[in-house]
Amino acid sequence: MTNVSKRKQYIKGFLNGLPIGVGYLSVSFAFGIFAIANGLTSMEAVLISMSNLTSAGQLAAVPIIAGGGAFVEIIISQLIINLRYALMSISLSQKLHKSVKLFERFLIAFGNTDEIFAVAISNPSDVTSFYMYGLITTPFLGWSLGTLLGAVAGNILPKIITSALGVAIYGMFVAIVVPVIKREKNTALCVASAIVLSCAFKYIKPLSNIPSGFVVIICAVVASMVFALIAPIKTETEVQYNA
Amino acid sequence: MLKTDNFLIYLLLMAGVTYLVRMIPLVLIKKKIENKFILSFLHYIPYTVLSVMTVPAIFYASSSPISAALGFIVAVIIALFERSLLEVAASACGAVLIAELLIKYI
Repeated sequence: MTNVSKRKQYIKGFLNGLPIGVGYLSVSFAFGIFAIANGLTSMEAVLISMSNLTSAGQLAAVPIIAGGGAFVEIIISQLIINLRYALMSISLSQKLHKSVKLFERFLIAFGNTDEIFAVAISNPSDVTSFYMYGLITTPFLGWSLGTLLGAVAGNILPKIITSALGVAIYGMFVAIVVPVIKREKNTALCVASAIVLSCAFKYIKPLSNIPSGFVVIICAVVASMVFALIAPIKTETEVQYNA
Repeated sequence: MLKTDNFLIYLLLMAGVTYLVRMIPLVLIKKKIENKFILSFLHYIPYTVLSVMTVPAIFYASSSPISAALGFIVAVIIALFERSLLEVAASACGAVLIAELLIKYI
């Protein structure tokens, strides 16, 4: 790649990542508030965000850290909640342009979040390393800065505002899933079955005793496997869609 | 306030596990997968994971399940119009805020 095309790729990724970055700013604001409320310092909250760059895993870790939980509890909870990233990384490995070098895969892996992944795979063609660096830039900055702001300013906000911010992260998930299931009937049915399973695990005893990290993996894997069997995708070009 | 050295161990463990989970598959798998079942599974997995994380957890993400449900419905409607991540998330928060103001004062 020439330097000009590297720059072009970086800028394209940067622009695609901008809305994620702004979204992360508000979501991580809620995380900052949450961390402080649990007794962590602002510095600790920001360090967690900068080194993990993940929503659900961080939310689960804070009470464990604050409560002085066992180290093995942190390891298992992060492994289970974040195992979905392994699946996303397998998927992303299929989407990286052949020019992406080995050491670049080590860097890109750090930024493979739900939203960055979703935007990357929705590209019509394979993605380059500089596109990925651009895509990761603002989400990383937004996630870190938002955590700092939430940690520092969170206590000032009235409870009704922090309560409303609690749904921000799920709003982003909805924004990723809904446009796709609108277009693809099989994906819609697959998602619907996963949700039925997920509600069963929440409300039906003794299924509801299973920790939520496991539930995510079980429901997603079962629904996806069943639909991969009964409704396999046709060819690669037929599953393309736009962000 | 936590003991600083303990915090650093927690930090290292969680960041390490999260990174390894993301890094190992991305570095090890370089060939294009051709198995139709695996490709189909990988196609479905991001959407099922995000959906399962959202429902029913979103209903417990604000002060009341009613306001949260309203936020969820608004998010789905705005997302059907294919608006950006930010617009959908902001609309959901706005709906929750309005619902909670109504619950509080009416």
